Amino acid sequence: MGSLLISGGRVIDPAQKLDRVCDLLLKDGLVAAAGQGLTADETFDARGLVVTPGLIDLHVHLREPGLASEETIATGSAAAVAGGFATVLAMPNTDPPVDSATAVSHIYLQAARTDLANVFPTGCVSKGRAGKELAEMAEMDRAGAVAFTDDGDWIVSSRLMRRAFEYARGLGRPILCHCEETDLVSGGTANEGYQSVRLGLGGRSAAAEEIAVYRDLRLAEAAGARVHVCHVSTAGSVELVRSAKRRGLPVTCEVTPHHLTLTDAALEGYDPAFKMNPPLRTAEDCQALIAGLADGTIDAIATDHAPHAPEEKEQEFAAAPSGVVGLETALGVILDRVVGAGGLDLATAVQCLTAGPASVLGLLPRGTLCVGAPADVTVIDPERRWTVDPSAFRSPGKSTPFAGWELKGRAVLTVVGGRVRFRL
Amino acid sequence: MEETPGMTWTRKHLLGLEGLTREELTTLLDEAARLKPVAAREKPPLKDLAGTIVVNCFFEPSTRTANSFQAAARRMGAEVVSFSPGTSALKKGESLADTVLNLQAIGGDVWVVRHAASGAPALISRTVRGSVINAGDGQHEHPTQGLLDIFTIREKLGRVEGLTVGILGDIRHSRVARSNLWGLKALGARVVLIGPPTLLPPELAATGAEVTGDLDAVLPELDVVNVLRLQLERMQDAFLPSAREYARIWGLNSERLRRAKPGLVVMHPGPTNRGVEITPEAADGPQSVILAQVTNGVAVRMAVLKLTVAAGRSAAAAEASCGGPARG
Repeated sequence: MGSLLISGGRVIDPAQKLDRVCDLLLKDGLVAAAGQGLTADETFDARGLVVTPGLIDLHVHLREPGLASEETIATGSAAAVAGGFATVLAMPNTDPPVDSATAVSHIYLQAARTDLANVFPTGCVSKGRAGKELAEMAEMDRAGAVAFTDDGDWIVSSRLMRRAFEYARGLGRPILCHCEETDLVSGGTANEGYQSVRLGLGGRSAAAEEIAVYRDLRLAEAAGARVHVCHVSTAGSVELVRSAKRRGLPVTCEVTPHHLTLTDAALEGYDPAFKMNPPLRTAEDCQALIAGLADGTIDAIATDHAPHAPEEKEQEFAAAPSGVVGLETALGVILDRVVGAGGLDLATAVQCLTAGPASVLGLLPRGTLCVGAPADVTVIDPERRWTVDPSAFRSPGKSTPFAGWELKGRAVLTVVGGRVRFRL
Repeated sequence: MEETPGMTWTRKHLLGLEGLTREELTTLLDEAARLKPVAAREKPPLKDLAGTIVVNCFFEPSTRTANSFQAAARRMGAEVVSFSPGTSALKKGESLADTVLNLQAIGGDVWVVRHAASGAPALISRTVRGSVINAGDGQHEHPTQGLLDIFTIREKLGRVEGLTVGILGDIRHSRVARSNLWGLKALGARVVLIGPPTLLPPELAATGAEVTGDLDAVLPELDVVNVLRLQLERMQDAFLPSAREYARIWGLNSERLRRAKPGLVVMHPGPTNRGVEITPEAADGPQSVILAQVTNGVAVRMAVLKLTVAAGRSAAAAEASCGGPARG
């Protein structure tokens, strides 16, 4: 493999507290050096651009196996690298669900065939994602599952959840929790509040999320296990995680770009492009989420990229499936609306897209640009203006709440394992 | 009718009463008043909508509203095509948008839509060329019911502004309550929402309505009480302990009527659960305008059809003269 020099860019690597203009040399699939006057077989001129560790997305639905009309590992990987993501974590709520070592191996095999992004599989907590019996987590761990989750649903049985935490503790793997108390959100499609009442949509309350967060934090604490809360969306959830972290518990959490930037006021018009779980909340929640990123309570920005076939999504609001795509818009939305308009500093945003998610999964030094780290690099043009056009997405999923948004900031180069996998 | 109200009505669709101005509401109500003799068959049918096909799309069963729209369309000279999901492709997995586009290809100018999903008429209005009239969507709005209720109040009491109107019952699940609320507020009425706390979202106070669980305290202040139907399945969802308890605390009965203003107007959008939210004496007593509501429904729907179709046509004409596509 040849060497690649990314020259003259502003290198931001929060894990090393690095923010300076320098060259970055990638060789043999690893970061070889950072400095001045380096040379390589190939050079990418990054003057005026921002160079970061390859972005990592902790929450992606690649829909393979079973749901090829929505996404495949191939299309999802293409969408990932086009959005600047070198690494994605595949959720196991496929058809059939990834609840066995064979299924985990299949994800690795398909990802290797695609050979675009790094795809790490997760495995289900429960057999068949049915919430009744533990899945074979140890077998999946040996096959390379890096975390366990029944994402899409909360695990209703507290007893099963307790045992899952205990079992996962022995494997040193985190459990990723989709926290919404099932009974309370049943029939709901929108944040419970003025907008849901006005629009006549069933509610999913903040309390339902926070009750679930509290139970899972408490069970994980009792089991001495690692817990990661997926897509926190309320001020109260942020506060629960903040207080758990203050007590030194091994708790992490993530937030999505849409929960950071949109509120339930967007449901006016009943467009299913604004339907996802948990639902869009209020402006106060958005502010609390940005504050949670700023003070380190929230470890990662993750997309919850959840593609659906257009004919599935374009239905009555209540009938349409929940979930929107995010891989190809996340970076632009974060740079323009959360860093720019939202006031978050750039280094924190980069941290939450790189070393932050890497730490959640124990993937370091992936997510950094230390010498010897995997040569995953994203080069961002922070001034580039572009308009979100779903028809141009690599993903077959086109439903995004950001359609038509004019954004500033976009990935122009994505390098995975030392090889250029996307170039704008 | 020879006289057409001027530029005060420009909306091609009627998806809800939220957002309508006092002038717009007054235009609709005045037009309905002019059309009422035709609705009541005191005058012959009109030709305003001759050659227009009104598609009655009732994705959720209804007799009263569907018949009322059908009568209104015919009195305006329109043809009516009725469509109900029992005979449709919906059960074969066809999407709502596809179903409507197919009906449009067969021919349809106005879409009267009843659907169990809140927002379904909004979706259809983005799909079809013609006017869409919401005939009740989920728990969102039922604008023509709201209009006919307000029309009936105005007819009975001569005004709306300054009246105190109580809406009593299952506010949470009621599209009728929401449409009444928006329309009455825009016209300057005081609106009091009354019901058990589980069925009365406190968020509605943000609209300027008053929210209370205490019917007996507020009853003497009411000029009008609009009693909502109580779905008996609410007991299974733990909204209420029993119909008996509901009837005792929130039901309208003759004993309560004695403590109300003598001229209290009693309304109900129907169908009634007699003995639950309203007793037969209250429903059939001299203060009840329940049957007048039904009659007025035809006049109101004639007005809505006439004004929305006219607005749609002038919008299309304006676009055509600008060289743009004649699409809504």
